[in-house]
Amino acid sequence: MASTGGTRPPRRSPMRVWPLVRVALGNGQLVVGAILLLVVLLIAVFAESLAPRAYDAMDLTNRLRAPGPGMLLGTDQFGRDTLSRIIYGSRIALRVGLIVVVIEGVLGVSLGLLAGYYGGLADRMISFLTDITWALPPIVLALAIVTVLGPGLNNVMIAIALVSWAGYARLIRSKAQGLKNMPFVEAARALGESDLSIMFRYILPNTFGLIVVVASLSLPGAILSTTALSFLGLGSQPPAPDWGVILSEGIRFLYDAPFLSIFPGLALVWTVLGFTLLGEGLRDILDPRMKA
Amino acid sequence: MPMATAPQAPPSWPLVRLDSARKYFPIRGGLFGHSARYVRAVNNVSMTIERGETFGLVGESGSGKTTLARLIPGLLRPSGGRVLYDGRDIARTHGGELNRLRRRMGIVFQDPASSLNPRSPVRASIRRPLDLQGVRGREAERRVLETIDRVNLGREVLDRYPHQLSGGQQQRASIARAIILNPELVILDEPTSALDVSIQAQILNLLQSLQEQIRLTYLFITHNLSIVRYMSDRIGVMYLGKLVEVAPAEALHDRPFHPYTAALLSASPPLNPRLRDRKRYRLEGDPPSLISPPPGCGLHPRCPFAVEVCSERTPPLVEAAARRLVACHRWEELTLKVGPGA
Amino acid sequence: MKVMAAPPETAILQVDDLSVCFETSRGSVQAVSGVSFAMAKGEVYALVGESGCGKSTTALAVMRLVPPPGRIRRGHIRLGDEDLLALSDEAMADVRGRRLAMIFQNPLVSLNPVYRAGSQIEEAISLDSVPRPVAWRRAIEVLGRVRIGDPAERALRYPHELSGGMRQRVMTGMMISRTPDLLIADEPTTALDVTIQARILDLLMDLCSHSGMALLIITHDLGIVAEIADRVGVMYAGSLVEQAPVYELYEDPLHPYTRMLMRALPRLGKGQGRLETIPGSVPDLIALPAGCAFHPRCPERLAICASQTPVSRVVGGGRTVACHRGEVDR
Repeated sequence: MASTGGTRPPRRSPMRVWPLVRVALGNGQLVVGAILLLVVLLIAVFAESLAPRAYDAMDLTNRLRAPGPGMLLGTDQFGRDTLSRIIYGSRIALRVGLIVVVIEGVLGVSLGLLAGYYGGLADRMISFLTDITWALPPIVLALAIVTVLGPGLNNVMIAIALVSWAGYARLIRSKAQGLKNMPFVEAARALGESDLSIMFRYILPNTFGLIVVVASLSLPGAILSTTALSFLGLGSQPPAPDWGVILSEGIRFLYDAPFLSIFPGLALVWTVLGFTLLGEGLRDILDPRMKA
Repeated sequence: MPMATAPQAPPSWPLVRLDSARKYFPIRGGLFGHSARYVRAVNNVSMTIERGETFGLVGESGSGKTTLARLIPGLLRPSGGRVLYDGRDIARTHGGELNRLRRRMGIVFQDPASSLNPRSPVRASIRRPLDLQGVRGREAERRVLETIDRVNLGREVLDRYPHQLSGGQQQRASIARAIILNPELVILDEPTSALDVSIQAQILNLLQSLQEQIRLTYLFITHNLSIVRYMSDRIGVMYLGKLVEVAPAEALHDRPFHPYTAALLSASPPLNPRLRDRKRYRLEGDPPSLISPPPGCGLHPRCPFAVEVCSERTPPLVEAAARRLVACHRWEELTLKVGPGA
Repeated sequence: MKVMAAPPETAILQVDDLSVCFETSRGSVQAVSGVSFAMAKGEVYALVGESGCGKSTTALAVMRLVPPPGRIRRGHIRLGDEDLLALSDEAMADVRGRRLAMIFQNPLVSLNPVYRAGSQIEEAISLDSVPRPVAWRRAIEVLGRVRIGDPAERALRYPHELSGGMRQRVMTGMMISRTPDLLIADEPTTALDVTIQARILDLLMDLCSHSGMALLIITHDLGIVAEIADRVGVMYAGSLVEQAPVYELYEDPLHPYTRMLMRALPRLGKGQGRLETIPGSVPDLIALPAGCAFHPRCPERLAICASQTPVSRVVGGGRTVACHRGEVDR
């Protein structure tokens, strides 16, 4: 329409890093999300120096102390310092989020790629599986899987990944369907590239933006779900400083020591909000068409 | 190594030969994905492309020209009939043997912006055919540089990404990739229709000089009649999945035998306002569906010269004169003339 | 055939010294610089040029639909006796559709997919407070006028049930249903096949000669221009470099760019000579070269071309050209 599209600026830099950084800095959500997460990341990395005490150091003389000097966020029923537990807990939250996202990402992306590229029977089978996974309520399904595998953080992560890969598969499938008819993919086929090479050299790299967006948007969900399962006693086991565990232990003293539940809850909100803002910011920059 | 050098004494058979080639696409429908209906994109086409010539293929959207172009390198498998490349049946060739045949062909697409992998630097895209052949290192680099010189592309573009190139540069890079293995045949699918006039002229000139320098055979697909005339030795006209006329380029423009060719020629603006009132052959209505093409000659519902037989029998493609084929019941009675003095 | 540039008092459209720029993060894109032209009643005027020359932006400026970050920096646009740039947004919205209409390249996205073809035209007609039943009857009439066979039946179809050519005719019908003074057509046939294109062009020409509607056609295709235009404006890098009646332009192009563009088009057969090409590429509209924007690519440039922007001057016979060469030669 507007004919300014025809003027192609002679861009010099081989990669588009600087303009991307400039766009990123202009995106408020992304900047706020990144700052929130940076704080969590620094806390997780420097937990040993930041935490006043070890996460499992009990002090039976100081049980259920309200927040105050010396124990900023109070202590639990074993006299453990809540602040220290929350600080160490950030490691679990980040690790869990990343591992879940990697597992579900690998699963969802591979299946989506296969379905989208091959089509036909493979597509119909994978899409069937995707639709079923999508249709079942995720937490219920995850509960069922953990019940079969047995409780424990690792099994929870597997369970969460198994119920949440379908989102990746759907998006990557439709992206791959679009890409496989692009002339550059046809040209590759005409050159005699193998199917595997086409998927990995031509299609996958062109879905990176999408994968990053989906991954960062599903991170908060992954953290929330594992926390929920830990809260239910299926994930991390005490005395692990999992935020879910702290929450579920604190809930018993909700009337006497509400701070025990409030602070891990706030930590969770902070982290989840950080990832959500980051994800939405990345989506706006990398894949604006996904915006509803 | 199966390099694509032309044999000393060229064999007597044509480089490409289609024998009643068909490509039907099933339409998915019904509860179980069964389909009884087909899009007849290419419907019984027989033609040849001789070594060293440019065969122009014209037709409007839905005529099947692009599908036909994809049958030759085996990007699509024919539903019936045969597609022979240098005497070998593409549909019966598989795996490594098919790839060896494909390396003797290059292909250039319409949209230069999406013809190169957006995530690869231009050098990697142009060089990839060599990688696949096992040509690496200095030798590969030497051939990349030689090829981009051939297509008049500056070396500075090699380290850029496709989106950093202009449309003309992108198309030169696609051509470089298509010719780097010294193919015999290059399939050009609307190579200039996304480009501006001045860039189009550069690319057309480039294609002609490449053909002279390295003795390429071209299959040139376009909807633009002045371009196809400028580029081609022979022209095939497609309508509704069928080849309706084949003739040397000049002869086709001077005196078309098929009413569809005449309609196409007279509808193309002649770049001269004084020819506004030229005689025009107009077609009625819109092209019919490829799913249920009309019986008999596909053109008969729109053809100003249609008679009863046209709706009853499909006219065969017959030799009308030396090097001329036409599929029309009435070609002998009609004297079609387009252009100045018509 | 109209030979003279339309004098102001009979002009239906008069564009004076129009400049449009787009403010981007890289700088100000000078999309249209100082374009002036006029159109008479019933005239077909073609703005022709390559992509990025500013022809579409000029058309959008006349509609006052330049998308942000673009804005009209300078100039006057008069439709009849109305100063379009001085109108309030409401008054302009009323002028659009009633006196001024526009069709676009892609008729599928220009038509609303959830309404029947006839309803969309009926809707347009009823804007003139015509009662619905009358408007529907007129909508069917309009479909007949744009040569849609069986209009009463086709009026009930949805856009996706119609072919591309038919959609473009529905679009045209919708736009002419309120008998505008000026119809702007931006690449109206680019997405269509030649046989369909020929029909749309015939239709547009007939509408102009029968109703007195003026047509401003925006195209990159010199073939279409030759087929339909009365007068032609050639644009390059935001400027109108040459204006002439169509016959004169094709027989004796004055501006070097026009000449080279004409020779870059294939007219002959294989082996009958190479096409002329224009060296270099279109300049960056953010950093236009000093002097004449075409001078770096021009084989006939003079010393003055690199320093002074040529002014468009009248050379007789309703022609204008912006080139220093002619100042000496002619």
